[in-house]
Formats: sequence, structure tokens, C-alpha cells
Amino acid sequence: MNGHIVKSFEEELNQLAAEVVRMGGLAEAQVNDALTAFARRDVALAQAVAGKDEKLDAAEADIERAAIRLIALRQPMANDLRRAMSAMKIAMNLERCGDLAKNIAKRTLILAESEPAGPVTRSIERMGKLVSSRLKEVLDAYTGSEIDRAVAVWTRDTEVDEHYDSLFRELLTYMMGDPRTITAGAHLLFVAKNLERIGDHATNIAEIVHYEITGQEIVSERPKMDSLTQ
Amino acid sequence: MTVQPPLIKTAAPHAMSAAPVDPTKITVRDVNVFYGEKQALDGVSIDIPGKAVTAFIGPSGCGKSTFLRCINRMNDTIPGARVEGRIEIDGENVNDKSVDPVILRSKVGMVFQKPNPFPKTIFENVAYGPRIHGLSSSKAELEGIVEASLKKAGLWGEVSDRLHQPGTGLSGGQQQRLVIARAIAVQPEVILMDEPCSALDPIATARIEELIDDLRQQYCIVIVTHSMAQAARVSQRTAFFHMGKLIEHGSTEEIFQNPREPRTQDYITGRTG
Repeated sequence: MNGHIVKSFEEELNQLAAEVVRMGGLAEAQVNDALTAFARRDVALAQAVAGKDEKLDAAEADIERAAIRLIALRQPMANDLRRAMSAMKIAMNLERCGDLAKNIAKRTLILAESEPAGPVTRSIERMGKLVSSRLKEVLDAYTGSEIDRAVAVWTRDTEVDEHYDSLFRELLTYMMGDPRTITAGAHLLFVAKNLERIGDHATNIAEIVHYEITGQEIVSERPKMDSLTQ
Repeated sequence: MTVQPPLIKTAAPHAMSAAPVDPTKITVRDVNVFYGEKQALDGVSIDIPGKAVTAFIGPSGCGKSTFLRCINRMNDTIPGARVEGRIEIDGENVNDKSVDPVILRSKVGMVFQKPNPFPKTIFENVAYGPRIHGLSSSKAELEGIVEASLKKAGLWGEVSDRLHQPGTGLSGGQQQRLVIARAIAVQPEVILMDEPCSALDPIATARIEELIDDLRQQYCIVIVTHSMAQAARVSQRTAFFHMGKLIEHGSTEEIFQNPREPRTQDYITGRTG
């Protein structure tokens, strides 16, 4: 694509995208740190994650301001308008990912005070790795404007749902086996739910990237495997 | 780790922008225009709907004004200009020998970049056309036409008490509405506008745009504009010209949100092509 005749406009659009990429890196780190803290029962790291969430809130506010300013002063059209809008929407999704990571960190602090839940924790770790790789993939797709990569993330959201579904059963079995584990089990269930939501945000971002690049929405239904709703 | 492509279906292109468009008023096929040796327009074909606003956009020298002038045969007046191809209004070829250009131009009115009122009174500016075309049989009828035309052009309230003062004494925006009233007075079917707002301030521009939006209920309007924002605001259809060729045309929503041609995208987003 050719560059804009007005170079400062081009720079502002690139700057906005760079801000989103930077925020994406921050959100990814928050999710990964929350997962590490959860796996290692690392109280200090969990506290650090909870404390850093405001950075993501601030990044979202900055991106929103910059996007609105660009729309007001530059009146972008076509793909430029889509770039400004998707920066705003991706920032919103990343901010939510940050909130969910913070929630995992807070539950980690509580879980650290009870007995370790061995195998269930490892299942959640595996789900966490999957979700975190989804987030990384979709942010890379955004950074490189790679449509195929975004579509791949979108298509494979069911894997996260399947993980969540089997974790749900595993946790029920765990709690039924020993009612003293119910408090920890309930927290673990929320951790799994939070991961599933982060996966959904990665999917949302994939849709936004698709729209930004092509100007068209992905509309077909993904095969949903969520037996929890049946 | 393979992607399953059959799962992905994208929305039908521009499914949201299926605004109904009036039937075709002007049919253009394979139009070439030459000024002497130089070819100004190259193989232009387009259907222009009635009772709608069609905007022509494109860089200077792209042929959009040349094309506009073909529609009412203004190019006849330029020495060395040669027009090939067919332009039909309601099925009638405007270049046919039986067509009187004077009658054609009353049917196809034109508004220019710089308002060009006659050096006469406001009343006479509007009354001139109906009088020479014999559209009124009495003074009262002529006065009725003048009043109705000025009202349609949104100028009546501002000039009704000074109809016999010179039209050239009005402000730029008022003069532009006066020449629109003059065009309307001879009951045209098509109104061509060549950058009608480029000499006006934003308020006068907004008045003209509001007027254009009103007039499209009754007339086929074709507007040439350098302001992309104006094309987006006032038109339902947009055509993009580049170096004498019609690159792309479609609904205005489509052209400004998701044009098909990279050259259109480069132009509307301000990129070097």
C-alpha cells in the first residue's frame, strides 16, 4: 500500500498501532505472569500482577484518546478509519484480558493458603498455555497484518472451549470426592472460566483484525462444542 | 495445526448498503473525448440514476468535469473538442442531430464553481429562462414561477423584499442558490453541478448541501467535487475518475468504506498513487 501524502497522518496511524502492540505485550505478560504465579503459588508475583493492572487501564485510555483525536482531526476514510476503530476495539479487549489476569492473580493469593490441588492445577496450567498462545498468535497477526493467522485463531477457539468443558467435569469430580476442597475448587473453576474468557477476547481480536484488513466481517457460525449449555 | 478454510464465510460484500436506487436516467456507453490530439476521457460507461445525487471525484485533470460537460453538450462550445460514444437521457441520444442544444440545456441545468448570475435583478435572473422558453402565459404566472423557484432553492425568505435589486449584490452562497433557482425555473430533469461549493464558506456550503438533499427528491443531480467529505455527505452514488478513465463507481457507502480498487482507496485516503 502506498504511504499517505501527509506524512504526519501516516505517522499518527503507525503510532496508534504501535501503542496497541505495546499494550498487547503488556496484556500478554500479565496473563503469563498470572499463570506462572498460579502454577508456582507465587504470592509475590501474584501481587505484582494485581498491582500492574492499572498500566493496562491507562494504556486503553491513551489509545482511545489518540484514536478519537485522529478521527476528529484527520477524518480518516476506508481502511484508515478501520485502523483507528480497530485500535480502540482491540485496546478494549486487551483491557478486559488484563482484568481477568488480575482476577486469576487474586485467586492465586487465596489458593496459596489452601492445600495444593495437584492434577487439577496442572490441567488449568495446560489450558493457560493454550490460551496464552492464542493471545500471542492474534497479537502477532495484528502486528504483521496477517489475515490467515487471525483466521486460524478464530477457527480454533473451540479447543479452548473443549478444555474448559473437561476442566469443569474434572473439578466437579474433585470437589465431590472431598467436600473440604470445595472452596479451592470454586476458585479454580473461576480461574478456568477467566481463561476461557481470555480465549474469547483473543477470538474477538481475530475478528477485529479480519475486519480491519478486509473490510468484511466473519459471519459464519463456528462449531460450538460447549456441552455445558446443553 | 491446520486451518479449516471451509468454516470461514465472509459477509456478502456491502450487505448493509443496499439502499434502493432510482431507475437509470442517464445511460453512458464507451464515451471518449478528445481535445485536439489529447484524449481527455477514455471509454467511460456508467448508468446514472434519476432522483439521486451522483458524485464524481478524482484528482485535477482526471476528466470528471469534461464528462459532466458532455451530458449537456457544453463541450460543443470548445474548439477542437470531439466526443465519441453514446450518452442517452431517458433513452434519447443527446448528441443526435435532431437534439437542439438550447432545449437540452434547459432540460439539463448546470451550476458552476463560481456563481454566475446575470447582471440583472434577482427577479430577472430567474424569470429569464421561463420567458425565453415560453413557459408562462401571463405576468402573474411568471411571478409564480419565480417565487416557486426561489422557494425551492431556499432563497425566497432572504430576497422576497428585494426582488428588483441586482443579483450580483447577493453574497456568494446566495448567488449560488440564485443560479440554482434559475436552473430550476425552466423545469429541468437533470442538474449538473461543477464544484458548486468550492468558493463558499462552511455555512453557505451546508445550505447548498441541504438544498441538494432536498432537490434530489425531484431531480437527477450530478456533482463534481474535490471535497471527499462533501461527496460522502451529499451523494448516494460515487464515481471515481483517474487519468480520463472511470476507475470505479458504486454506492457512496461502498466507495468510502471499502472501495474495490486500490487506486480509489489511495485517492480517498490521501495516499500517493
